[in-house]
Formats: sequence, structure tokens, C-alpha cells
Amino acid sequence: MSFFEVKGVTKKFGGLTAVNNLSFSVEKGEIFGIIGPNGSGKTTVFNLISRFFPLTAGEIYFKGQRIDQLPPHKICEIGIGRTFQVVKPLRRMTVLENVMSGAFLRTCRVGAARQKAEEIVAFCGLEKYRDREARGLPIPLRKRLEIARALATGPELLLLDETCAGLNPKESEVAIELIRKIRDSGVTIIIIEHIMKVIMGISDRILAINFGKEITLGKPREVAGHPEVIKAYLGDAYA
Amino acid sequence: MNSVNKLLHVVLIAAAFAVPLVIKAPYQLHILILILIWAIMGTAWNLLGGYCGQVSFGHAAFFGLGAYAAGLLKFHWGISPWWGMLLGPVVAAVAALPIGLICFRLRGPYFALAMLATGEIFRLVFINQASFTNGARGILIMPEITGKMFYYYLGLVLLLLTVLVTYLIVHSKPGYYMVAIREDQDAAMSLGIPVTLYKNIALIPSAFFTGLAGAFYLNYVAFIDPNIVFSLSNVSVMVILVVMMGGVATIWGPTVGAAIYIFLSEYFRATLGSANVLVFGILVCLIIMFMPNGIVGEINILRQVAARRKERLQGGVSG
Repeated sequence: MSFFEVKGVTKKFGGLTAVNNLSFSVEKGEIFGIIGPNGSGKTTVFNLISRFFPLTAGEIYFKGQRIDQLPPHKICEIGIGRTFQVVKPLRRMTVLENVMSGAFLRTCRVGAARQKAEEIVAFCGLEKYRDREARGLPIPLRKRLEIARALATGPELLLLDETCAGLNPKESEVAIELIRKIRDSGVTIIIIEHIMKVIMGISDRILAINFGKEITLGKPREVAGHPEVIKAYLGDAYA
Repeated sequence: MNSVNKLLHVVLIAAAFAVPLVIKAPYQLHILILILIWAIMGTAWNLLGGYCGQVSFGHAAFFGLGAYAAGLLKFHWGISPWWGMLLGPVVAAVAALPIGLICFRLRGPYFALAMLATGEIFRLVFINQASFTNGARGILIMPEITGKMFYYYLGLVLLLLTVLVTYLIVHSKPGYYMVAIREDQDAAMSLGIPVTLYKNIALIPSAFFTGLAGAFYLNYVAFIDPNIVFSLSNVSVMVILVVMMGGVATIWGPTVGAAIYIFLSEYFRATLGSANVLVFGILVCLIIMFMPNGIVGEINILRQVAARRKERLQGGVSG
């Protein structure tokens, strides 16, 4: 069985089927990309995995264990961390305290949590801002803080939701480097991204979806050249 | 906590213990005892409302339960109401369990409304179940101790205990989790925080110490009725104003707020008669408009700004 597996997952909001019978599996150590036009259901997939929404149908397995019935905090506890596309910093806490809030998942002691948080803050290059309140941070740093906070919970699988959206090319490069570093430290990553340059560069495999359905799944080159993908993004004329 | 801060605390607490040696008049001591009771309630409310961000408009429920637990001991069984100082907080904390279970299904303003209703339900039940609670006639006890100084010291010790417990909770894992829940409940969930559990962990000590204040109130004032101790405007809402004036989510804010509230309401009552509530209301509006973090909150912010300025001189935060 795969490290992480999604089987026939469906999510309906009333009459709208946001995710339709979607299946894929992710191997340990992989960076797995998910792309699709606006409203194609990418973030909904994350919300289903992290159980922010209940599934309409389907099953999700993590390390052989079925997880689609667990509450959100349990999902994090068994080792699946996530970030939010619209960042949710703990505004009136400092950067370090934000990360500590994540680190407390694996320890009860303040000292241990602080130490762990210091390491993560340094790993993510946020040392300069550790005592700044999160509400005063600019967007690129807030995005990095999202990642740092999720990392502090000690995940084996990390769900990154558009961590490069709104960043300029230079800032994206820093973010890409950080994502690679996280993978190299042994964390498996599923990443949603709009910026093709980013996702083509770092993903081992990419899943393209539209209207909640799989269009294609494969190596970045294959996916980018797939006529259905081009059609979904650019329209019939270019396919 | 740095050494200057520690010294300041020691000096102020020592001063608080020395006060009755200087002020001996019963009226002045009475004012101070009322401040202590409100400070205990405010500190307790602050744990749930300030740190965990769950604004309760129904803390009168716990205050009244604490007071009535003590009063009914005497009324029905002739047991000294001092035992109520143990029973009252426990009753309030136990009652908090089902209340939390129900009300924490709601978020934000809906939670506030559910708590408001809870407080009113208790008031109405205690008025109408007259065979058990003696209804609106209330409960009158004959206090065994009448000297004010004793009550002052007892109140002071109880306040210090409440503040200490709050401080310990806030500076431990549950404290960080409570603030995380206040700042963003979804983010907190994504960090593996069982939010309902930690809201209850904030509620129970909060109810416990509010019940303690209630039991102390009964022993001190010696008369309670449901319209006094379960009052929406004079207890549930007033405790919120006290905390907002002093400083939400600060350790000493509620105590400062309680002092201002009692001093002002006594002063205005003496000078303005029944217009005192109006003046007090205007003052609360002004404080909320111009010092939205409360008095202690604003002082803390000024300190942070000063510290950051120093840091900037040393290193710089740009880039």
C-alpha cells in the first residue's frame, strides 16, 4: 500500500460536485503537485484530507490507516500538516509563539516547545522576525510563517496550499528552496500551485484536475503538454 | 519575568498586605474588599474571555451558584457557610461542564448569546424554585466574623491565588493553545489543537474562581437573592466592562479595572446619585474608544514599542 492514498473521493456542496470521484496516491519522499484552473477543486481536496470538510463519498488512507473519519486535530496528530491559501497567522502572537503553538503538539513543556520552535524558525529563515507580532508581517513572511508553524507539528506529510501565490519571482525562489529543503529533511509534500514555473520545477509528479475530476496524472513535462490541460487553461483554440 | 518586574510585584503585594495597618475605617476597607471580589471575578472571566477569546455574557451563573451553594448549606442544613468556600467553586465548576458542552458548539457572538441565556435561566430557576432556594426573598445569614480586616486579608489571599493559577495556566501549553484558539480557530485546528477540549479547560477554572468569588461574597455581604447574584447587568456585563477597562488578556488588568470600577461607582454614587451609572457608562465608552486594549494593555504596548526601539538601535528589523 502507498504512503498516502485517496480513493474515489467525492464532495458535494448541495447540487455542486466540487470533487468528483478523485483517486491518487503519493509515495514517501515525493513532491506531488496538484494543478487546475480557478475553482477546479484543489483547495477542497486539501480540506477533505485535513478533514475541515466531511467527505460525501470515498476513502483516504495514510500509512495504511483509514483517516477520513478522524477529526481535524487528529489528522495533524498522526502526521499530516497543512497551510492555508489565505494565510491564517495567529495575529497577536509573535512569530516564535506562532511556531511554538505548533510545537506543543509533540511536547507539554514550554522549554522544549520553545527550543523546537527556535530550530524551525531558523530553518525557515525567520530568526530576524522571531519577536515580531504576526499581524505586522508582510505577505511573503506570513506565507513562510504558515509553513514554519505547520512544520513545528512534526508532520510526515505536508499539504502546501499556494505558498507562492502573491510572491514576486525572487521571493518565490526563496520559497521553492525552502520547500526543497523540507523534502530533503524527509517530509513528503503535496503542493497546490498556480505558478507553472514553480510547480513544474519542483514536483516529481503532477495531478491536473478540472471541475473536480482528474484530467491527467504524470511527470511535469507530460502534464504540461497534455491537450486537455492546455484546453482547461487556455481554451479550445490552443489545444 | 525580569528582576525589575519581580521586585515591583513583591513591593506591591507587600503594600497590599500593609494597607489595613494604615486604613482602619470600615467604609474604606469595605470598598477595598469589594475591589478584591470584583478582581477575582474579572481575573477568572479573563481566562476564558480574554485569553481564550470566548466572550461569556453569563458568568453571573457561576457567581450565583457559588454564592447559593454556600448560602443553601446554612439555610437547609445549618452547616457553616464557610464550607461553601469549598463547595461553591466546585459546584460552579461541575455546572460548567454541561454548559461548556452545549455552548461551545457555537462560535463567536452565538456563544456569547448562549451564555447570556444560561445566566438568565439560572436567575429564573432560582427565583421560581422557591421551595429549595427561598426564591426572591433571598438568603440571609448571620456572619460569624464581623471584623472587616479578616475579610480583607482573606479576599487578598484568594485574589493572589486566582492570579497565580491564571498566570501558571497562561504560561503553559494550555495557555498558548487558548490564545491560538482566540486568534484563529481554524489555524488552531490545523495545528492539532482539540479546540473544544481546550475551551473547556479555560472554562472550568474560570467558573471555579467565579464561584469562589460568589461564595466569598455571600460570607462577606451575608445576604443574597437571585436578582443580585444572577444579575445580567450588574454581574455578567459588569465583569466584562471591568476586564475591558483594565486590559483584556493581561494578568493584572482585571484587578486594575476592578479598582477603577469600584472607586468610580462609589464616588459618583455619592456625588451624582442615580446618575452614577450614566457617567460610568460614558467613561467606559471613552476608555474603549481611546484605549481599546485597556489600561494595562496600553501600558504593555508602550513597553513593547520602547523595547523595539531599543532593538532597532542595536540591529534593525528591515529586510
